[in-house]
Amino acid sequence: MNSTMFRTELRLYFRDIAAVVFGILLAPAILAILGSVPAFRAADPALGGRTTVSIYVPIMLTMAVAMVALSMLPAQLSAYRERGILRRLAATPARPRDLLTAQALVQLTVLGIGVLLVLGVGWLAYGVELPANPVAFVLGFLLVAVTLFGIGLLLATAGSAKMVQGLGSLTFFPLMFFAGLWVPREVMPRTLQQISAYTPLGAGEQVMQDAVAGHWPHAMNIAVLCVYAAAAWAGAVRFFRWS
Amino acid sequence: MAVLEVTNLHKRYADRIAVDDVSFTVERGEIFGILGRNGAGKTTTVECIGGLRTPDRGEIRVLGLDPRRDRERLRAVLGMQLQESTLQDRITALEALRLFASFYPDPARPEQLLDDLGLAGSARTAYAKLSGGQKQRLSIALALVGNPKLAILDELTTGLDPQARRDTWHLISGIRDRGVTILLVTHFMDEAERLCDRVAVIHEGRVAALDTPAALTARAASGQVLTFHVTRPVALDGLPGVDSVTLDGEQVTVRGTDEALPAVVAELARQGLAPIGLRVEQSTLDDAFVQITGGSPAPSLAQTVQQGEAR
Repeated sequence: MNSTMFRTELRLYFRDIAAVVFGILLAPAILAILGSVPAFRAADPALGGRTTVSIYVPIMLTMAVAMVALSMLPAQLSAYRERGILRRLAATPARPRDLLTAQALVQLTVLGIGVLLVLGVGWLAYGVELPANPVAFVLGFLLVAVTLFGIGLLLATAGSAKMVQGLGSLTFFPLMFFAGLWVPREVMPRTLQQISAYTPLGAGEQVMQDAVAGHWPHAMNIAVLCVYAAAAWAGAVRFFRWS
Repeated sequence: MAVLEVTNLHKRYADRIAVDDVSFTVERGEIFGILGRNGAGKTTTVECIGGLRTPDRGEIRVLGLDPRRDRERLRAVLGMQLQESTLQDRITALEALRLFASFYPDPARPEQLLDDLGLAGSARTAYAKLSGGQKQRLSIALALVGNPKLAILDELTTGLDPQARRDTWHLISGIRDRGVTILLVTHFMDEAERLCDRVAVIHEGRVAALDTPAALTARAASGQVLTFHVTRPVALDGLPGVDSVTLDGEQVTVRGTDEALPAVVAELARQGLAPIGLRVEQSTLDDAFVQITGGSPAPSLAQTVQQGEAR
């Protein structure tokens, strides 16, 4: 682990306004907008008596992960490759994993800030309870992040920066659909709910939803995430190219 | 003692042979040039030396290390400047040097290096805002920050204006004086002539010639080229030392040995003519290069300064 590289990459991240907006501010901003609608703050019998805004807290968290993992991280790495930055590093004693670790930690740091902001906005502005099972929440969140980062790194092997970005969006929207961004999973038709449970973000969202409600995650959700994570990371390591 | 030994290097890509059979040895403290046209196999050769590519056949030893087997140890003693590699837009010159310094066991001081390369004033300038010449100098600094024993500099001055090129040459000489051996890849003859102790001319994947720039030039010597105007046509054939005479209206070009100049001037005077706008050119490494690689000359400085330093 090269700490200079981590510090440098982190500084560079915060110099990029677009990255800060999309990686950190977007999810809490959307939650704030949803929460400003009075009806969304009222208990809804269709949601088992919970408020819409409280359902959306875990959904926004999955969105924050997906945004960083499927869009920011692969775009960053493919741009580094396209511009010869990776090749330049490969000519020094720096090890490949130094850069990957630094990038992953930077993105995790950014995500951590995003998570705190989403939880903070929900809690302070709209009285959404903080996760009732914090241990399950943190572990579940890390598992979702690891899975999605793997998928993002796999996408980053696909080719040019443009192509990678396109693939990122192409993956982001269906995965977010199954995570309930447009229609929360609680009110999805039963078939969709079942399909959703086998997608990475559907399973991930359920894990966080459970932790928020104070439960431990279902073994099935964990298994789904682990399978995706193992496949994605194996593929990413297998196909990664430095130039 | 040899710092670098390359023996029978061969590398083919899917569609073509990039390096067919290249061998040479670089001694400690030398500036060794690799000359060749675009696509001659220069860059592939140095990428194999740096362990960035795996040769199909042949042996490479850098300070006794094998670039593939001893990758880690090699990279600690080798500094590489690569063609077409950039840095992050928002990283500053000083941050980049500090970052690269952190990779090496015994790095140079980043601030000192910026100073040496005339970049002290740009230490806090973002990479994207540096001029072409500054980027190039930063790239050299990054190649040197690990205090390498061997530095590979690929197309060092491409895209620099004439003043920046001269400054860079001066810098390279200074680096050699610190005891760093330098492998310089270039397609500029004047650069090789000015800097290199020896050059290998690579043509179609093979070493076509290997010698000092002066010896290569002498080998190719066609002597002198005289050009001038006259006010009426003249006959100059058969004079001592004259090999060929080309007339283009009033423009005369004479090729020959050192004896040609006095003979031509005397003959013109005898005919009552003066050579107007007389220019005498010695054959250069450029001529030698053209002769060795058998074709049109390499791109001249004039064609490349357009991309100059100011952006």
